[in-house]
Amino acid sequence: MTTPTAKQFCTFQLAHLTFGIEVDRVQEVIRTLPMTVVPLANDVVRGLINLRGQIVTALDLRRRLSLEPRADDEQPMNIVVRTSTGELSLLVDAIGDVVDVDEATFEGPPETLDGVARELIVGAYKLEGKLLLVLDTDRAVQLPAMA
Amino acid sequence: MSEVDEIVGEFLVESYENLDQFDDDLLVLERDPGDLEVIGSIFRTIHTVKGTSGFFGFDHLESLAHVAENLLGRVRDGELAVNESITSALLATGDTIRRMLAVIERTGEEGDEDVSELVALLAALVEPAETPSVDDPVSMNEPDLSDGEPDPGAGEPTPVEDGPRIGELLVARGTADVEDVELAAREQEFGDERRLGEILVGQMEDEVEEALGQQQRESQRGLSDTKIRVDVGLLDELMNLVGELVLARNQIVQLVGDEQDSQFAGASQRLNLITTELQEGVMKTRMQPIGNVWNKLPRVVRDLSLNCGKQVDLHMVGQETELDKTIIEAIKDPLTHLVRNAVDHGIEDPETRAAAGKAEAGKLVLRAFHEGGQVNIEIADDGGGIDAAAIRAKAVDKGVITPEQAAKLGEREALHLIFAPGFSTAEQVTNVSGRGVGMDVVRTNIERIGGTVDVVTELGVGTTFKVKIPLTLAIVPALVIATAGNRYAIPQLSLIELVRLEGESAREGIELVHGAPVHRLRGRLLPIVDLAEELGSGSTIDRDVINIVVLHADGQHFGLIVDEIHDTQEIVVKPLGSHLKDASLFAGATIMGDGNVALILDVLGTAQRARVVAEGRERAVVEDESAEALADSERRTLLLVGLGDDRRAAIALSEVERLEEFSQDAVEWAGGREVVQYRDDILSLLRLATVLGIGGGFAEPDEPLNVVVHGSHGRSVGLVVGQILDIVEQEVTLSGEDARPGLLGSAVVQGRVTDVLDVDALVAANDPAGTSGSYAGAF
Repeated sequence: MTTPTAKQFCTFQLAHLTFGIEVDRVQEVIRTLPMTVVPLANDVVRGLINLRGQIVTALDLRRRLSLEPRADDEQPMNIVVRTSTGELSLLVDAIGDVVDVDEATFEGPPETLDGVARELIVGAYKLEGKLLLVLDTDRAVQLPAMA
Repeated sequence: MSEVDEIVGEFLVESYENLDQFDDDLLVLERDPGDLEVIGSIFRTIHTVKGTSGFFGFDHLESLAHVAENLLGRVRDGELAVNESITSALLATGDTIRRMLAVIERTGEEGDEDVSELVALLAALVEPAETPSVDDPVSMNEPDLSDGEPDPGAGEPTPVEDGPRIGELLVARGTADVEDVELAAREQEFGDERRLGEILVGQMEDEVEEALGQQQRESQRGLSDTKIRVDVGLLDELMNLVGELVLARNQIVQLVGDEQDSQFAGASQRLNLITTELQEGVMKTRMQPIGNVWNKLPRVVRDLSLNCGKQVDLHMVGQETELDKTIIEAIKDPLTHLVRNAVDHGIEDPETRAAAGKAEAGKLVLRAFHEGGQVNIEIADDGGGIDAAAIRAKAVDKGVITPEQAAKLGEREALHLIFAPGFSTAEQVTNVSGRGVGMDVVRTNIERIGGTVDVVTELGVGTTFKVKIPLTLAIVPALVIATAGNRYAIPQLSLIELVRLEGESAREGIELVHGAPVHRLRGRLLPIVDLAEELGSGSTIDRDVINIVVLHADGQHFGLIVDEIHDTQEIVVKPLGSHLKDASLFAGATIMGDGNVALILDVLGTAQRARVVAEGRERAVVEDESAEALADSERRTLLLVGLGDDRRAAIALSEVERLEEFSQDAVEWAGGREVVQYRDDILSLLRLATVLGIGGGFAEPDEPLNVVVHGSHGRSVGLVVGQILDIVEQEVTLSGEDARPGLLGSAVVQGRVTDVLDVDALVAANDPAGTSGSYAGAF
């Protein structure tokens, strides 16, 4: 991924951060679905969901970005994205609006980010009152080596 | 097919099919040159090709077919006897026609295949018939297939003594022709004592039979009118849809369970039944007899055996065994490969065979049958067998394994080296044995469709390759179980039985042998794997109820402990996403009736992970014991027993029939020996420590006796040991010539050199049934 050219972003919350994925990468957004855990799989893989007869792997973005785990009573949302290897579901805390962004407000990754988040974030749009962090979807769905 | 119109397309499809039959027929004819029906069929094939290609203006094709037809005409009319050169020429004709058809299929035109040589060859073969080589043509029973049905009353013998003779009469009435009568008269001359009329009736009967045969063939042709050709892609699509329907059905059926509406229940019941039938129907459309793959093999075997100067009789059993189209496609190449190898390397040349006292013609048997929801295919030859030692040497030579590794390999593992990548070359291992042109590819292809391939061989006697493949891949019956709150599906193929232990037996049913759990199932030790533990959710073994799913993987049985056993159902196998590729415990996933996803357990993967079965060659090779093992050695599964005073010994598990405990009160004396009553019989006991001259090994009076029951020659003997310690798989260095009696060899077990007992010899030397004084004196 280079600097995104897409104008529209699907936004979502992860912990205290606001992220965005290019709208054309997103197939759909769905509420929490029953999830089947895959024992011994990579930590980031939360399980499998039944998406209208298709079995789709769900990745927890909090875990991917090494954020603190979600509270037990919080139900994650699924953002189903298209990737080169098929559909994948990304688990996020909450879905925000689809926003139009002004290219002029784009900047590289903020210095305050560190660790794995820094690798997966392409940059940020300075929206009013908050930063919209642009997720490198292709990288985010590549699993890190298991500890 | 580019510009070829539909009629040409049909011609091509039909010709390809006919040509397959043509090859088969020729091979039949070679064996039985007098089979007129087969000659007729061969003739028709070529005749059709000739006629149709003439119609389309494919001149080369027509001229080739024309001269072949001439030759066949002679054969049919009995003017030429079929011999090997004729068969070869005709087979070559078939191949050439196929090539030409392929060109037509690609380009729509005939191409410039040079047929002149073949035409000349065929023409030359026709020639010798100009001088009648066969007896009088009249003596040949004319098989004119186009003849109508003869009048059944025609041959009625008419007892007339005077007036015209019977033959003349019949000829005059047109019911028999001159030739028939002449033939009958000739038979009389040759000593047939029947009257002329009777002989004629006999001839008529032959004709009637032939006509009946023709009638039958024609009604079969009628049958083929009710068939249509369907694109396989369409069938695949249907299969996918049916898979989805099965899932939807499962969900509906589940929903009905919670509903009270009886109408809804009724409708879903019907849906259930119809779906099942539809599923079976669609599966059937994709089923094909394995004969479709095999029908190419007689030709392969014939050509190859001629090339190698060998004689091979090919027998095929179970051609009608059906399996899924996709699987048929997938096994075509591996099977051909195995057959080629059997002819090329397995079966010896006639001289070698004769020298070994075998029939000159080797026997190659293909056998297919259904067993346990799988298709079994065996390719058995009665050739020289495979020499494991030669394989070892070759593998070392090729750098597939090191000499040290080679020395450690057991017989079976050494044999399996032929499937190792890098091992295979076209070269032969030795002149008596040698396999391995792309055997790794064979194995990979078979395993890709969930099958297995194994090899059994005996030097000098023959080799059998056993291939097991699933019937179908898309929908499989599975047992649904639950562990740690999640459901899993276990393919029923691997399932042997279910065992439920409750209360007392649950608490005591699982024993630990040096930390490894086992269960005594009908007296045999069954290794136990706790699924929850394998899945990383902690052991759940100590509970009031234990459910054991007995499975088999790689020839080994093991028990899987699960929390709950649900029902069996048809599941639609879906692959796991790329993120879960390395989840070796799971073979895929499926959607359950309630819409949730369940993982499909990979039984072999689970067994390997739990170390119930060895992970093939790698594991045997990785095992790094001392380097002294250059002597003949084998890997064995050993039962480790304690003999008191910290001494231990090992017994090959294959020698162990059961493990039992007897209370010391149960020991009685009979004929000066210790015995116990066991399974309505008397079991003689042998105190192992005493027999080995170690002394000790007597349990405290209130402790039970640990007894290893060993069966040999229909009789069982109980070996009293101090403790049962462990079961290990270990390299055994077999004793050399300096062997002590009763010792099979030694092994390094858990860091200690341990004697491996030769139980048979021990029992024989201390035969409790005999009157051995040394034994009696031991007490």
